[in-house]
Parts: sequence; structure tokens; C-alpha cells
Amino acid sequence: MAAILATDPPGAERRYRRHAGPVRVTHWINAACFTLLLMSGLQIFNAHPALYVGERSDFEHPTMSIRAHQSERGIVGETMILGHSFDTTGVLGASREGGQVSPRAFPSWITIPSYQDLAAGRRWHFFFAWLLVLNGLVYLAWGFASRHFGRDLLPRRAELSHIGRAVLEHLRLRFPRGAAAKRYNVLQQLSYLLVVFVLFPLMILTGLTMSPGVDSAVPPLLTLFGGRQTARLIHFAAASGLVLFVIVHLVMVLVSGAWNNLRSMITGRYDLGNPETTDAR
Amino acid sequence: MPGNRLHRRDLLKALTALAGLAMSGCDRLSNEPHSRSVLDAANSLTYRAQRLLIGADRLAPEYSEAEISPDFRANGSTDPQDEEYLDLVGNQFADWRLKIHGLVEHELSLSIDELRALPARTQITRHDCVEGWSCIGKWTGVPLAEILSRAGVRPEARFVVFHCADTLNDGGGFWVDPESIRYYETIDLVDAAHPQTILAYDMNGKPLTVRHGAPLRLRLERQLGYKMAKYIMRIELVHSFAELHGGRGGYWEDRGYEWYAGI
Repeated sequence: MAAILATDPPGAERRYRRHAGPVRVTHWINAACFTLLLMSGLQIFNAHPALYVGERSDFEHPTMSIRAHQSERGIVGETMILGHSFDTTGVLGASREGGQVSPRAFPSWITIPSYQDLAAGRRWHFFFAWLLVLNGLVYLAWGFASRHFGRDLLPRRAELSHIGRAVLEHLRLRFPRGAAAKRYNVLQQLSYLLVVFVLFPLMILTGLTMSPGVDSAVPPLLTLFGGRQTARLIHFAAASGLVLFVIVHLVMVLVSGAWNNLRSMITGRYDLGNPETTDAR
Repeated sequence: MPGNRLHRRDLLKALTALAGLAMSGCDRLSNEPHSRSVLDAANSLTYRAQRLLIGADRLAPEYSEAEISPDFRANGSTDPQDEEYLDLVGNQFADWRLKIHGLVEHELSLSIDELRALPARTQITRHDCVEGWSCIGKWTGVPLAEILSRAGVRPEARFVVFHCADTLNDGGGFWVDPESIRYYETIDLVDAAHPQTILAYDMNGKPLTVRHGAPLRLRLERQLGYKMAKYIMRIELVHSFAELHGGRGGYWEDRGYEWYAGI
């Protein structure tokens, strides 16, 4: 992370350029791509809302499925995961679309387009998949070249040894301020590493494994993921992991100083806070 | 800090409004011609990238007998009601002839027995549906390259058109075609020459059933299921498919799906 801006007026020790330009630009492009990929991905999933293990679909025994069936009280949405069924009417399986409850795996407010249109969903998905990959490559190239990853994302031994305390402080919604806020804390470091080097690569590789064209070019992908249908399942699971990350990420942004955080990701400027209130450590 | 809380509420409100606006915007942009052509650009990038990566002759993975699906799903037409087709079924396809015409040196007309007498290829492959599911089946048929070399492809030919017997006027329950048309598909000459591109007459060791496209269907193993035309009646060599039906090179392509379905 960059040093205190040289031209800043007195009190500059409180202001700090938290995020470098390339991080800010690629962050927002990635956020837009991920949102559109998620929503168009759920549109695609809705075309066959069931997941399987292996190369082929065992239609009678999906690992996970979202279905709708008629009951005496109308259309019921049912979500099944590993043999356990849940009534998810209203959200999964059956939800309101244009005023009436209709059978739909994911509801219309979370898919692109909102109505059922697999072809359009695929167009959105593949366009933003290309954009996400190109943006990700720029970010990775810059991150390695500038040593951003090694310097800012890789936890130091001392930071790792304080992981328990960091968890407790997060649970009490107490966040580092002052000089300690100049560096990502260890939980940030680990979750960003997981997202950048595990979850997004998994999304991209399992996505490619679903392509019959790519499978004939790179058959080891099928071996790596245990078949096309398993790759589809992992694609869904890793996307769920990313959604979980985004929820926690947004909550953390909100509770640890929403405007300050948001500004630092837009202009780079971050206010370290009043040094008097800085945690003494 | 009350000020901070107000900000947060404003932020959430603004975000919700923005999301609503974006959603209706996405709906409008989905099928608007200009934005659609922008999104479509990604597909031609995919086509070029895959052609570069795969090359002409890389084979799709083949599987063992044990991996064959016991319940191979059939999509699209499964029981065509077209009169001409029903007559052919009634006579066990004894009157059926495969016609090869268009930009060829010699037009051909082949009966099912004549096709069966030609060199054959058997392959156990995975069928990937655009919807997301996969099934594995064993297919036996004549390599398309074999037929095309007998007919002699003229140099100006660029695409192979498969004209089918079935009228499909149901787009999966959400879309209704105002003018019902016959199913058709097109592929380029690279795919046409691929060793696994066969005109299949047997599935899992038995003659194709009506559900799966009797008497003859295309197997195009490096692309999705909707490219693999069933109930083939004629094969035509053309320079361009712009004048055919909706002009996008296939029944589903005319309804918004990508012409290149390798992904």
C-alpha cells in the first residue's frame, strides 16, 4: 500500500492512499462482471435446475435439484440437497412472476433476463465471462509485477499467529484504526487470497470444462474435476462460495465505516481515524 | 453516530433503486438488436479461440460401454407429426432416401441400406444439452466426410445444411413460433470433415428410434445437442446460409441461440 500523499495539508497523517489505481479499476469491473455472471448464470441454471456427480446426468438421482409440484394449496417449490427436501415456495422452485406464482427454480428478480430466456442468458454470461477473465489477467499481471500480492495479501507469520484474536475482534465488530488500518488484517488477507487464487480460478476452469469444444482440446480438465456434471456442480458451489464472500464483504464494508471504505475503493483516499481512538497494540 | 446511520440508509436506498433500474435495463437490452450484437461479439471470439485451440482433428472424449446412459434423454422433436414423415415411419423408412445436393459435383440419393453398406464408425460419446445435462450413448454411422467425398464438394461451398423432416413449433414452453417451420442446422466444413462427425443410423447397437431421430441423425461431438439435427432428409452444400429461413443458420439459432455451440 502506498505512502502518505506528499502534497497533503496538515493532518495528512490521518489520510492515506489505501488502494492503488489498478486495484480500484479492476475491482469495480470485476464486481460488475460477477453480478451479471451470477444473474445470467442462474438464468442458465433454471433451464435444468438439477446438479449431478460424474460425466453424465443420472436424472433419477440428482445431488441437488429445485422442482415445482402441484399440491392442494397451489404450486409448491421444493429444493432437494443430498436427499433432504425443503419447502422453498416463494423463493426457489415456485415464485411470483408477473403477479402470479409460477414454477421457476430461481426467482425472476435474481435472473438476467428476468423472464425465462436461456439463449439471452447465455449471451450475457459468455460476454461477461470473457470480460472477467481479461480483467482478471490484468489484475494478476499487475499484482505480481508490483508485488502487491506478496506485500499486501500474503500474511506474515506474526499476523497468522494472531488469527484467533482477529476473529474475536471481528465478531465484536472492532476493527483496526490508525496505523494498524494501513494493512489488510489477516482475515482480509486470507479471504482475498481464497477468492483470487481459489474460487475465481475454480469458476473459470469448471466453466471451461462444461464446454464440449474445450473438453476435446484439453481432456485432462474432465479428469481433474471428475466429469462434466461434477464440473457443473463445482461451478455452482464455487459461485455460492463467492456469493457468501460478497455478503460478508458488504457487511464488513458497512460496519467498518461505509463511506470511508467506499471512498477508498473509488478515489483511493482512506481516513485512518483519530489517532487518539487508535487501538493500542 | 446518527449522521452515519442516515448515510447508510441512503446508500441502501440508492443501491436498491439502482438495482431495480439495472434489472429492467438488462431485460430491455437482452434482445435489443444493437446491444445484442455487442454481446454476440463474445461468441465469435469464442469460436475463433476454440478453433485456434482445438485445431481441426482433436477428438471429443470417448467412453466405455459401462458408462452408457440407461435413460438417454430426447429433446426437441420426439414424435414428429408431419405427414410425410409419418408415411416414412409407416413403411419402416423403405421409401426414405438421403439426398445430397447443392454445391456438389454429383448429386446423391442413398437408401438406408446403401448408407449401411458404406464404411462406418462407432463411437461412445457424451451428449451435452444446452440446458446443462449430459448423457452418454453409442453411435454408429457413416462419417460425413465419406459422403461428401463421394459427392465432391465444389470450391465455393462453405457450409453444410441439414434439412429435417420435423416441424418444431414449441420453443420449450416459453416461446411460440408464429409460422411453424422445419428443423434445420448448418455446420462449417472444418466440422464436416472431423472424423467423429457421423450420420448415425444406430444408437446403442440398435436402429435409431423415432425419439432419437430415425432414420438418420447428425453426431457433432464437439458441440451442443441442438446442432445435431435429427430426422435428416436432405444435405445441401451452400456458400452462405443468410437466405435460409431466419438467416442465422439453424432452427434454434433463428430463436436466439449461438450458431457456434462449442460452449
